[in-house]
Amino acid sequence: MDFKQLYQQLIDRILTGTGKSTLQQRQQAFNNSGLPQPLNSLIEKVAHEAYKITDRDIAAAKEAGVTEDQLFELIICGAVGQASRQYESGLSALAEVVREGGRHAS
Amino acid sequence: MRLEILNTGYKFGTKLLFGVIKLFSGYPLPDAAKLVFYRPDFYGNPAKQFTQRAMRGPSSWSVGDRELMAAYVSRINECSFCIKAHSAVSAGAYHDRAKVDDVLNDIENAQIVPGLRATLVMLGKLTREHKINADDIRTVIAAGVNAEQIEDALAICFAFNITNRLADAFGFNVPSDDAFEAGAKYLLKRGYA
Repeated sequence: MDFKQLYQQLIDRILTGTGKSTLQQRQQAFNNSGLPQPLNSLIEKVAHEAYKITDRDIAAAKEAGVTEDQLFELIICGAVGQASRQYESGLSALAEVVREGGRHAS
Repeated sequence: MRLEILNTGYKFGTKLLFGVIKLFSGYPLPDAAKLVFYRPDFYGNPAKQFTQRAMRGPSSWSVGDRELMAAYVSRINECSFCIKAHSAVSAGAYHDRAKVDDVLNDIENAQIVPGLRATLVMLGKLTREHKINADDIRTVIAAGVNAEQIEDALAICFAFNITNRLADAFGFNVPSDDAFEAGAKYLLKRGYA
């Protein structure tokens, strides 16, 4: 399979497959937008400063009633979401340059 | 790891496998490897397939170059576990530890070919700023890199921007240098599949 298929397979699985968190929560984590606190702050850290996440951040989410399996899923969705925004920015910049090349050649 | 399910929540057969690996390698399975065994149909399996394609699939970048990209992205994200893990694999593939250390410490002056340097700088910008533009791509092409190589590099960047975040969010244990060397040998021999 090429990258596009493998990429889509990963995104589709985490966002539309079965899980312990709702599809809406997973999409919100992926988008880094719209989750209730303290999840919202945790996922923002996953997206932008994961190296600063502490035991306390995880404990706060658990104290708010989020289960470990839900955290497992939502942290993954948050990480994949941010990486995918980067990836798509890179791919669209590349596509723009490749299109120009094509025009020059013709 | 910070989620107890990632320390102890594995099926019996998986726990048995972890035990066998520890027995033969002398080291516990690294947390990066354990993670993909937890409910593998959700994340582990599709993630492994993408990563294997990016790191060991067809590409004109060498395995050493690709592992260096992984280490460099990890460096930008300040992910201790992944910097150590992938600089060890890159150093093993190149048979050159100094080259890898030089790139991670001072990309501008490291002794590497211009195309690889330009690619690493572009991946660094994408990782740090979360976006790049057509000019960033043109700079890499001007350094002699083709579109396919850029696509391959972007895929590595995607894979490691995920893994770095998971390593730091879940709190992967950072083991001894010897354990990373053992892990590097495994990844060079067997890959990510």
